[in-house]
Amino acid sequence: MEAHASTASAPRAGFRLPGVGAAGLGRGTVALYLSVIVLLPLAAVVSKAFADGWSGFWHQVTSPLAVSALELTVICSLIVVVVNAIFGTIIAWVLVRDEFPGKSVVNAVIDLPFALPTIVASLTLITLYGNKSPVGIDIAGTRAAVVVALLFVTLPFVVRAVQPLLLEMDREMEAAAASLGASGFTIFRRIIFPNLLPGLAAGVALAFARALGEFGSVLLFAGGLPQTMVASIFIRQQIESGNDVGASAVSVVLLIASLLLLGAVTLVQRWGSRHERSDGGGLTVMPMSGENFTEEAGDE
Amino acid sequence: MSSSTRSRWGLRTLGLGYLTLLLLAPLVMIFYKTFEHGIAPPLDAITSSDGLHALKLTLITVAIAVPLNTVFGVVCALLLVRHPGKGNTAIDATINLPFAISPIVIGLSLFLLYGTSGWLGPTFAEAGIKVLFSVPAIVLACIFVSLPFVVRETVPVLQEIGTDQELAASTLGANAWQTFWRITLPAIRWGVAYGIVLTTARVLGEFGAVTIVSGSISGQTQTLPLFVAKQFDNYNEAGFYGASILLALLALSTLLAMNFLKRKEET
Repeated sequence: MEAHASTASAPRAGFRLPGVGAAGLGRGTVALYLSVIVLLPLAAVVSKAFADGWSGFWHQVTSPLAVSALELTVICSLIVVVVNAIFGTIIAWVLVRDEFPGKSVVNAVIDLPFALPTIVASLTLITLYGNKSPVGIDIAGTRAAVVVALLFVTLPFVVRAVQPLLLEMDREMEAAAASLGASGFTIFRRIIFPNLLPGLAAGVALAFARALGEFGSVLLFAGGLPQTMVASIFIRQQIESGNDVGASAVSVVLLIASLLLLGAVTLVQRWGSRHERSDGGGLTVMPMSGENFTEEAGDE
Repeated sequence: MSSSTRSRWGLRTLGLGYLTLLLLAPLVMIFYKTFEHGIAPPLDAITSSDGLHALKLTLITVAIAVPLNTVFGVVCALLLVRHPGKGNTAIDATINLPFAISPIVIGLSLFLLYGTSGWLGPTFAEAGIKVLFSVPAIVLACIFVSLPFVVRETVPVLQEIGTDQELAASTLGANAWQTFWRITLPAIRWGVAYGIVLTTARVLGEFGAVTIVSGSISGQTQTLPLFVAKQFDNYNEAGFYGASILLALLALSTLLAMNFLKRKEET
């Protein structure tokens, strides 16, 4: 966000919104659109959460069911981001440093969880790992299913955040370390990993945010059973049973977590952009951003 | 076999194996299950009146939400990149919100705002406009969840192209609109197009937010993803597989479009 402030020093010309006061008008329109579409609805949730005062909010959030839903959500999300941090980095590594037939197809398939509707993701997982599983693995309706569903939808985040960093990494450092006798693992630990850390951290934070709020992919595969009741499903259940205050209170907890994670991503990006990138603008590490690759590929 | 070759093969096996188990195998399986008894049952399910209605509603939603978010996205990106000002930091921060917020929370927020006791519900009710459990709420939910894509894809491209050509055009006497249509827009078109593809994919598949505000009434407020869930609840295998395959194919074409556009951007 500071990135925009920093661009202020650049020459400021070229196409501008036309007409006198157009920037003001444009800013007004954008602010109005954002307010009506995003901010006003969210304000309604916060207002409803505190409709019975602070104690009402606290009562809802600390109810045993809410606490267990939040606990399960956080634990599953933590497991998921750790697993995907490891496998995401491995996959990014294989995509950048390895050569094999069909690599471009594999590279394209990574984005599938972003493109595939969550409800379809849930169904595909049931088909293979549900009660009619052709491979004899039936985890539908268990906590393992929650984890697998979240692994599926958050897979691209780490891969797409780490991949551009691997692409632009200077391989001479690794060669130097190797020539000095460092083992493969030492090179990874001392040279590669520190370089990947900013991307990894941003990818993990985004994946964590996504996992905390995920609904569609968990719904059919893991079901709304008591032992698999994640926060989002709990919220829906509260809405259905007419407890708007309870639904809103737990939503506010999720909202706060989202805001903290977004803030963390911004910080990580500022920290990671020490070394070069002038691409400014908020979530450019957003893994769905194609420009991450194109830019890096074009620059070198 | 040297140790580096061994570790290369090890990593490749691990990475690709994980992808196969998590992504590819389930996807192949759902295609197999759908067409297990031929193409007729899934096709019948999609072309049933409820199926067709769900498809139509989904397309209507796309037709409204995507253009709105595209125009907004381009204007907003221009504002953020070319017009630094006081409100920009706040605008930038707000735009990222829909990426991080649970779709269920987004659904709840609209449910509360436009509900009978919400801030805006009574006003619309008096005007005779049914928002909740009707098309407007579905569209609003889709606009909310897909809002950031075009902005996020356009901002970096705008920053990268710089302003030289635009300056040249205006020096040669082009007015602002001419400069925009002839210089700026052609330069950012692949970025915008990429954003549009992502927006469309998200709107097509949105489930969580829509499920709260739509009521999922068959033949009325059911989008394709809701149709899939309903058929699943009814144990109608042909129905949910058929509609899922349709959505999966749309997702795959999205992937193809993304790859195509990425390559275009590079050139």
